[in-house]
Amino acid sequence: MIRTEKLKKKYGRFEVLKDIDINLAQGQVTGLMGPNGSGKSTFLKSILGLVIPDSGKIFVKEKDIKNKFDYRKYIGYMPQTANYPENLKVKELFKIVKDIRTDKKDYDYELYENFRIGETENKFFGQLSGGYKQRVTAAVAFLFDPEILILDEPTSSLDPVSVEILKEKIIKSKTDGKLVLVCSHLVPDVSELADRLVYLLEGKILFDKLIPEIVNGSGGTLGQSIKKIIEKINSDNEC
Amino acid sequence: MSVKILKYIFLELVRSKFILIYTAFLFTFSFAVIYIGHDTAKAVVTLLNISLFVVPLVSLIFGTIHFYNSGEYIQLLLTQPVNRRSIFLAEYFGLSFSLSAAFLAGAGLPLLIYGLSISAALLLFTGVMLTFIFVSLSFLSSVLNKDKVKGIGLSVIIWLVMSLIYDGLILVILFAFSEYPLEKFILILTTLNPVDLSRILILLQLDISALMGFTGALFRDFFGSITGMVTALILLLLWAALPGLAALKVFSKKNF
Repeated sequence: MIRTEKLKKKYGRFEVLKDIDINLAQGQVTGLMGPNGSGKSTFLKSILGLVIPDSGKIFVKEKDIKNKFDYRKYIGYMPQTANYPENLKVKELFKIVKDIRTDKKDYDYELYENFRIGETENKFFGQLSGGYKQRVTAAVAFLFDPEILILDEPTSSLDPVSVEILKEKIIKSKTDGKLVLVCSHLVPDVSELADRLVYLLEGKILFDKLIPEIVNGSGGTLGQSIKKIIEKINSDNEC
Repeated sequence: MSVKILKYIFLELVRSKFILIYTAFLFTFSFAVIYIGHDTAKAVVTLLNISLFVVPLVSLIFGTIHFYNSGEYIQLLLTQPVNRRSIFLAEYFGLSFSLSAAFLAGAGLPLLIYGLSISAALLLFTGVMLTFIFVSLSFLSSVLNKDKVKGIGLSVIIWLVMSLIYDGLILVILFAFSEYPLEKFILILTTLNPVDLSRILILLQLDISALMGFTGALFRDFFGSITGMVTALILLLLWAALPGLAALKVFSKKNF
């Protein structure tokens, strides 16, 4: 459903993405991991149209997205932080996105209700805590029942109950055949949610494997297994 | 699409404390100037001076800060099925309309209460035009700099050049070449700065151009004519449009 071919991006002299080839299928949760500056955010933002790649192609539902914006109706995006205008009301944010996405009328209010957003929809963003803002962005991302979900550090500011609500929703979305791409630093989240892990390092895909493949091959927890794989790749490179 | 987004940006901005303070400041000042002076014509001159100073400064600084502070909000909008141009235009007009509304309510209401003259109407018109022009420049400054401090710095420099340094340079030229006929050259230089252009347009309406000597007479001849007025209007519109279009071009290719 999302495919990239030789995706490249440079910021000045710094090459952030180096020939990224990836194919993400529906009905699967893909975890995207890597150290800071490895290109994770740039990769996500390239798919979302926030970053314009220097070369290479991105296909969403087999259509090249270059200079297009209509394809974003298939995508629900949950950013890591949501510092929206402080005088904007929560309900107004929902109205704006609904006004933009007029193609969809049957909304998915599950997260909106489970996060009890209705109780504070008249509040301004300036009055909300970081965790509450993240709950709002999650509800917005899932509101249009999109075929593709791109979630950037989705649990970083959430309380334990909200984390569980969101995780249940992500797994349910996968079961419904949606493509979910989760960028996270938290190994337990990826371990629990993802079927596949793409690990980026210095703008390249270091490895792209199914989670059972990673864990069974190395033994131990997912975190330990990732560490072992990276050490093995590094020692192979040194040889 | 732009109009729908614009509506929410406008509503959000008119609720902001800054816009309310800006309106209250202009209203208090305007009201006080008219009330103390008992002369609307004199009040217009005083208000003109404060408007030419404050409107560009507020539009530039508030515009730049607003653009940077809206970064994550703009990113969310950009991930929706809407083109970048619509989002940019909604942001631009949302901000320009809210600052213009603040100016009209603040400076305009007292003038309206005490009787609106042609010069007062022209003052309000140029105030609105200057708002659009300097919001346009603030957006250009913001899209050219990823760093907020640099963006605000550039906006301050633009304001200093347009409001202070440019006039100083004209004075230096006038002084250095006082033996040469510079009237037409000064006329051209004046039209190239929207702040000076606005000042001249209003002063000519107030019949005090005689104080400006031969240059004033030349200005009166030019700007008093239909051609001059249309030229002035076109120049002000160009000042609003060109930096805005340049900013839109950068915004369309910008990495967020």
